Amino acid sequence: MTDITASSFVRQDLVAERPAPIKTTGVIGLLRTRLLNSPTNILLTIVGALLLWFTIIPSVKFLIVDAVWTGNDRAACLPENAGFAVGACWPYIQAKLPQLIYGFYPESERWRVNLALILAAALLLPLLIPRLPAKGLNSTLFFFAFPVVAFFLLHGGGISGFGVSWAAGLGELFDDSIVSAGKILVSLSKTSAIAPLLWVVGNIIVLVGTAIHWLIFPLTWLRDQIQATSQSVWLDFVITTAFVSLIAFFLGGGMRSGGRALAWSIATFVAIAVVIKLMGLDHGGLPIVGTNLWGGLLVTLVVSVTGIVTSLPIGIALALGRRASIPLIRIFSIAFIEFWRGVPLITVLFFATYMLPLFLPGNFSVDGLVRALIGIALFTGAYQAENVRGGLAAIPRGQSEAAAALGLSWWRTTSLIVLPQALRHVIPNLVNSFISLFKDTSLVSIVALFDLLGSLRASFSDPKWSTPSTAFTGFAFAGVIYFLFCFGMSRYSLFVERRLNAHRRN
Amino acid sequence: MSTEARKPPLQIALKIRRLLGGKAGWNGVAVQFAFAAVLGWIAYEIVSNARANLENQHIAAGFGFLRNNAGFDVNQTLISYTGSDTFLRVFVVGLLNTLVVSVVGIVFSTLIGFIVALCRLSPNWLVSRVGELYVELIRNLPLLFQILFWYLAVLAALPNPRQSISLFGIAFISNRGLVIPQPIGQAGLDPFLVVLAFGAVAALALRIYARRALFLRGQRIHIWPWVLGLVIGLPLVTMAVFGLPFTVELPQLKGFNFAGGARIIPEFVALTLALSTYTAAFIAEIVRAGILSVHAGQMEAGASLGLSRGTTLRLIVVPQAMRVIVPPLTNQYLNLTKNSSLAVAIGYPDLVSVFAGTSLSQTGQAIEIIAMTMGVYLLISLVTSGAMSIYGWRISRSLGA
Repeated sequence: MTDITASSFVRQDLVAERPAPIKTTGVIGLLRTRLLNSPTNILLTIVGALLLWFTIIPSVKFLIVDAVWTGNDRAACLPENAGFAVGACWPYIQAKLPQLIYGFYPESERWRVNLALILAAALLLPLLIPRLPAKGLNSTLFFFAFPVVAFFLLHGGGISGFGVSWAAGLGELFDDSIVSAGKILVSLSKTSAIAPLLWVVGNIIVLVGTAIHWLIFPLTWLRDQIQATSQSVWLDFVITTAFVSLIAFFLGGGMRSGGRALAWSIATFVAIAVVIKLMGLDHGGLPIVGTNLWGGLLVTLVVSVTGIVTSLPIGIALALGRRASIPLIRIFSIAFIEFWRGVPLITVLFFATYMLPLFLPGNFSVDGLVRALIGIALFTGAYQAENVRGGLAAIPRGQSEAAAALGLSWWRTTSLIVLPQALRHVIPNLVNSFISLFKDTSLVSIVALFDLLGSLRASFSDPKWSTPSTAFTGFAFAGVIYFLFCFGMSRYSLFVERRLNAHRRN
Repeated sequence: MSTEARKPPLQIALKIRRLLGGKAGWNGVAVQFAFAAVLGWIAYEIVSNARANLENQHIAAGFGFLRNNAGFDVNQTLISYTGSDTFLRVFVVGLLNTLVVSVVGIVFSTLIGFIVALCRLSPNWLVSRVGELYVELIRNLPLLFQILFWYLAVLAALPNPRQSISLFGIAFISNRGLVIPQPIGQAGLDPFLVVLAFGAVAALALRIYARRALFLRGQRIHIWPWVLGLVIGLPLVTMAVFGLPFTVELPQLKGFNFAGGARIIPEFVALTLALSTYTAAFIAEIVRAGILSVHAGQMEAGASLGLSRGTTLRLIVVPQAMRVIVPPLTNQYLNLTKNSSLAVAIGYPDLVSVFAGTSLSQTGQAIEIIAMTMGVYLLISLVTSGAMSIYGWRISRSLGA
């Protein structure tokens, strides 16, 4: 014990303070650890700073410092008049803004475009915020009701009939085509080597056509009766409502549980009636504005929203077809997807513009915008199909096997169990496809449609505003718009991805 | 005593049903028949409508028009072409122009893409931010926008040839395009090329031999002095014997334009710039993802084996990253090739521009011309995806072994 006390040491004075550890946070820390910690890094930092210096400074100078903000024509933006090296010529954008947004849409009708844009935003924003309720109703409105309303709002015009007339018209078209095909086969049988076979097949087809004619006869007869009355649209509407609601009632389970379906059906038709009444579709609707007058951001948005809305169902159908076990459907889906994915969009647009009109009946002309829309829908549909297929492949087999064990049919398994999960998986990929679709809409300017980029290019040729900085100003403006849309969408897709993978984060 | 396992019943009917109708059986067959009938009906409608419409417009269907004289000029041709050549030659000229711009674009985009990816992965904060800025800016602007920007804004703002910007006195850039020195073959060219090719082949053979020696016998052979001698020394000796293989003709300003040198049209410059910078942003992300996909432990394991940092990268990290990088990279090359069709917007004479554009408007043979154009792109992408699936199969085989 004494040894220990003798050798024990109790320190009497304080140890000198150690220097504080090198700071690794904050601006100084950043400078020290990530920018200037080695000779190579110092060199890299200098190179990076030089790069920024030679890009950011001139851009800011061009866009803000040296810019001209007011003026009536090119004279204001010429260096001789301004007295300094002129940067951006913003009065040019102010003068061309209506053209860049609406194209040649008549000035008195532009409220319709604004209204459609507001409607779209009002329906889309709640759809994008995950916390808000009623996603089903909201998406139904956006994907089904909004396109129809927007069409009548933007294009104008009314309807002359409703369900009965349309069904009868379609039936007649189909029937005519079948009968004429049969007749051609019969007439071919006079010259061909396999005459008897052709004759038999042709006559069978004609017979089928005649049968269809009598099958749809009540419908066409009803249509003629309705068209003869003065309130044809409303009569047609009421008959269609009654018919569809009855079918919904019986399919929903009749007296036992069909009331719900009946109520939904009637509510839907009442909503349709309100829209028809409000927009006056039964007597001509709004004045027609042809799509050749549309332009600018309007066309860009119309093409991209239509592409988004139409490509998704096409993509889902093709993805399911590609995974189907029925040989012909699988082969067709694979060929269709690989074909559209293998060709550039511009050839698709050429196809839609020059080849599609040849494939349609001569008396049937399709609007230029609609042709481009068809091409874009098919093209994007093929890409979406591959995205959806990725999601379908990610669903474990056990899910559909469990559904089968519960006795669900293929349709119910797919629509209630597999697809909802698969689509949730691939939302980020779908949004990425939408971004590239939005960027690709600029290609329609090549087939003589004036979207934002096309209107911009057209505005360059205006001699009233031709200055050395006009082109740069225009590109800066359009670039900001494109960037905001695409960047916003990509951030949203990141947000969704993070939300979906919340359980995987550690 | 031994009892043989009973063979399963043949079940021919079941197999046929599976083959014809998939899991849905006879229902599937019925669905197929209905589907085939609908397809047949659509095909019939298309054919009959197309025939009637062509008759109305007095256009003769068929590929006979390919032998007619084109009668228009193309401002960039790799093979000799005049206005009196056939449409078939226009097709070939356009195809070659498409391939040239694609290949040049692929080379540049790969270069820029790798550099940007390295920037983004750099420990230097500023450099990685610059890389990120580049990627975000370029990826969020449409390609057509960028092509038009380079063509209508940047290149059009350049001075005329007399005040052109000189790049070290050998190349000149102006609003008429880029003028670069042109090599002109001399007498010594043929032996030079032969020797160069021989050197390259011999060096490759040497490398294969050296690797085999390493893997089979564990014997290390340093081949680089031999390779250097074969690829550089031998051609130099040939040059000394046979004279210079080519001389370089420098462009010179004469009057209002340049004489000598090779002129690259501004459309080509704008298209290549836009295509390579745009695709580079996507390639950068792919390369970054590929390198990040290799687990950090791999690098540490290499270090613990005593390999140097460079050797670890070369032998361990890069091969694994390449497996992740190559398929999407090929996809981007394919995209670049398809995107080169946007040339039509600025009038670069690629396949779509001269064939689906000018030739179509002159002949009106929409169906044949668009089918041929689409066919070319389809062929390119199918061949590429075929090659990619072979690559994937080889990778999975080497992983399984």
